[in-house]
Amino acid sequence: MMRLRALVMATLAVPALAGEIPLAERRSDTLTMSSELRAMQADDAANPASFSVLDGEALWRVRAGASGKSCADCHGDGAQSMRGVAARYPAFDSASGRVLDLEAKINQCRTERQGSAALPMESRDLLGLATYVGRQSRGLPIVSDDPRLAPAIDRGRALFTARQGQLNLSCAICHDDHWGRKLGAATVPQAHPTAYPLYRLEWQSVGSLQRRLRNCMVGMRAEPYPMGSDEFIAIETYLMSRGRGLAMETPGVRP
Amino acid sequence: MARALINVPKIAKVGEIIEIKTLVSHPMETGYRVGLGGEILPRDIIQTFVCTFNGAQIYRADFSPAVAANPYLTFHTMLSESGAFEFRWEGDNDFLLVETASITVE
Repeated sequence: MMRLRALVMATLAVPALAGEIPLAERRSDTLTMSSELRAMQADDAANPASFSVLDGEALWRVRAGASGKSCADCHGDGAQSMRGVAARYPAFDSASGRVLDLEAKINQCRTERQGSAALPMESRDLLGLATYVGRQSRGLPIVSDDPRLAPAIDRGRALFTARQGQLNLSCAICHDDHWGRKLGAATVPQAHPTAYPLYRLEWQSVGSLQRRLRNCMVGMRAEPYPMGSDEFIAIETYLMSRGRGLAMETPGVRP
Repeated sequence: MARALINVPKIAKVGEIIEIKTLVSHPMETGYRVGLGGEILPRDIIQTFVCTFNGAQIYRADFSPAVAANPYLTFHTMLSESGAFEFRWEGDNDFLLVETASITVE
């Protein structure tokens, strides 16, 4: 009887899948980086994403489109008006009834308010504006408390946990079940979206969270969703909900 | 659009070792990579960086294609007088960027 109980306990203690990381154990992936990379991220004079922030700061005041208005003409000083905004994106947009991430929201403003063309995904200008807006939330906790986001969060969770691609992996198999362990020389991160857009040394440039997701999907040998798709925005929304409470670090640096 | 970030102390003491940090925005294309169409992407790198203080060279670096994008350099110096630094990056495709910074030495 004792042996049977011990066996049952042992079986229970080694679950096949760990499931979602307990809230108290969720950490920024900055903490698993080398001290050199952390220093690079912390020092604005060494962080190469600073150029993107400065690009965005300059663009903020550039008039565009038929309206002849700049971001600053409506929103004023971005350092004040954009404080905390990126920490609650993706957000529900009442006008369109859709969930929009920060890049999509910037482009909605451009096309509908400024009367200008949408900026291409991953373009220097769009990344600059997103990094500049993101920078204004540095140090503030991620907020995900809008009940209207629930369908997107559920869909994102389903996509995050679904096996896909030729390697038959899900996002969760690495980032929920095996975070902190090694994949080759790299430490598997918990994958919290605290620092996007960020400078990735492998890219030699700044990139968005969607670029990072596409990168992972290619690595899993799955077909990536189109950039700007509802699937990617759902995963982004789920990741922000999963990382709620963690401090924003935009613009980050990653290996 | 910002091209370079320079971090120099505003004030230093005579003989004090000061740290100078420079970060420059540049793709540092190696000339060995192929583009989406299979063509070789032409080399586009910074070739030299020179820092002068009141006209005298105090630091110089030659770059190679192995240097990563957005080169970041830190170096140290000691000064005996106030004056101005000039930072000059030169490279392929007539790339030329010059920045200045002044310092008070007391």
